[in-house]
Amino acid sequence: MATQTVDTSTTGRNIPWGLIGRISLVVFFVLFLAVPLWNTILEMIANPQLLLRQLIIGLTNGAYISLIALGYTLVYGIVELINFAHGDVYMIGAFMSLTLIGLFGLQAATPPEVRYPLMLLILVITMAFTATLNVGIERFAYRRLRTVSRLAPLISAIGVSFILQNVGLLWGYLRFPALNGVMGSNAVAPKSFPNLLPTQNLLEPLQAVFGEGFRVRFTGKDLIMIGTAVVLLGALYFFVQRTKLGKAMRATAQDRDAAALMGINVNRTISLAFLLGGALAGAAGMLVGLYNGTAVFNMGFKAGLFSFTAAVLGGIGNITGAMLGGLLIGLIAALSDQYINAKWTNAVIFGILVLILVFRPTGLLGENVQQKA
Amino acid sequence: MSTTTPLLELRNVHSYYGNIQALKGISLTVNEGEIVTLIGSNGAGKSTTLRTISGIIHPRSGEILLDNKRIDHIPPHDVVKLGVLQSPEGRRIFPRLSVRDNLEMGAFTRNDTAGIAEDMERVFDLFPRLRERANQKGGTLSGGEQQMLAIGRALMGRPRVLLLDEPSMGLAPVLVEQIFNIIKEINSQGTTVLLVEQNALMALEIAHRGYVLQTGQIVLADTAKALSENEMVQKAYLGVE
Ligand SMILES: Nc1ncnc2c1ncn2[C@@H]1O[C@H](COP(=O)(O)OP(=O)(O)OP(=O)(O)O)[C@@H](O)[C@H]1O
Ligand SMILES: [Mg+2]
Repeated sequence: MATQTVDTSTTGRNIPWGLIGRISLVVFFVLFLAVPLWNTILEMIANPQLLLRQLIIGLTNGAYISLIALGYTLVYGIVELINFAHGDVYMIGAFMSLTLIGLFGLQAATPPEVRYPLMLLILVITMAFTATLNVGIERFAYRRLRTVSRLAPLISAIGVSFILQNVGLLWGYLRFPALNGVMGSNAVAPKSFPNLLPTQNLLEPLQAVFGEGFRVRFTGKDLIMIGTAVVLLGALYFFVQRTKLGKAMRATAQDRDAAALMGINVNRTISLAFLLGGALAGAAGMLVGLYNGTAVFNMGFKAGLFSFTAAVLGGIGNITGAMLGGLLIGLIAALSDQYINAKWTNAVIFGILVLILVFRPTGLLGENVQQKA
Repeated sequence: MSTTTPLLELRNVHSYYGNIQALKGISLTVNEGEIVTLIGSNGAGKSTTLRTISGIIHPRSGEILLDNKRIDHIPPHDVVKLGVLQSPEGRRIFPRLSVRDNLEMGAFTRNDTAGIAEDMERVFDLFPRLRERANQKGGTLSGGEQQMLAIGRALMGRPRVLLLDEPSMGLAPVLVEQIFNIIKEINSQGTTVLLVEQNALMALEIAHRGYVLQTGQIVLADTAKALSENEMVQKAYLGVE
């Protein structure tokens, strides 16, 4: 048997399908992308203000995508599971925050000195809620399956994703008076958030410098989205790099048995990864809900796809990579929306995912797989 | 400085990997202050014995006692809390944590900041190379340095019993000599050592007592001196014809 396999591989008949596949992919993308890309660059130069505005949108996209991407990367880093339900945890975060907004009776008219402290409180409660949810998901849907096979928890994750989407659907039926009608009248329709974020343009003073023609907008909304994300990402980075528990989390990701031999409670550390990922996803859900003004039960799919791609682009398992990947995917999506077509953005992001998986599965900052051994 | 207090004791321990039986009734004792060595050829079950003591795998039957209290069936992180630390086979240092952070992980169960800092100095004094490399990633160290780090990391937990799994594996003879001297020094500072080795010659030289393991069973138990003079040990493990 063994000698036979060696024989066929040395007869010269073995066609390098892998190589041909890669080359044809490159040819395909060059043919289809080169011309539009050139036109796009001309378009960008022709209208730099529009480009600048898209880059700002890209930054705000990047802010929430990074937050969600970290959840994928933290979990993958430690249990090598792609948590398919993660995008839906983000959706639940949006629903939870909207519910709290209703319960607290927050409206666009609520005075800022009441509104902002309450929004901060809602953010904290939402994060705690999705963190607990994510820990619970791991505890009940993944933990027992972890020792069975690699595939079992993955399938379980897909199941959890469906469950959460249905929870989102049912959530839309909530009608009790204390909610102040935030769920609207149609259960499945997108829910609208009140305008709680400042929309005033912070770049208005620049018109005095560049003249009336300068119409790039950077609003208070943009600032809050980006600022909150930066604070949360910074806090997470500090936690993971500098604190004892954070280091224990990285140690567990690098060598689970060795970590146990150091006295690290591996199960608790895995829970911690889910806790952090869930909290960040909840924050992202609230931020996006407020920013876009809507939330819908299936919003987790697209956000999940984008964020997962971001995590893979940065190097799945790598925390800095997820932040960088999130930023890049955010920018790419914003540029694609403007210069290709918003309809094509999903395809563009999927294309990027495929390209990375084919050509550089370790991502931009990913370590060699060998180093993990 | 061997007294006769049994610190660690295994009684008729049976361990399995799935359906494969790896340990077929191991009984051994390690007294306070001793270096006890466990020698045997490839696949004899040496690492499995240490893994069972640490709680990475649990015995299907038999008892493991520390200070006369059962520790089998408690999870590995709790075994560490009781003062049993292991430097595992193949070093298993954390490649992408710095040397200092690796050492810090060894002290994970402790909260006495001052004591931890003190012990880190002690480890750096034992292994000056680690001090020079303190901020380097563990994965960039040489094999010998990684071994030092693995031992140092286990010491950071202030072990009552230090379990060492083949600390000489893959090291140049000069380094092996150095590592064994350090193990002796660690022991003379009061740490009890259970040393697994394929390098039986060196192990029996520094140990007080030893056990010979063959396919999951203890076939010989004696003082280190007697074992190194035993004909069967000489033939099988010391390369004496
Ligand atoms: N994870 C595992 N799954 C199944 N069988 C295992 C596993 N680890 C070890 N074994 C088997 O258990 C037996 C004892 O292995 P163990 O690693 O304890 O030997 P050892 O004495 O440490 O050998 P070495 O000197 O090569 O390290 C061997 O037959 C081995 O094949
Ligand atoms: Mg071994």
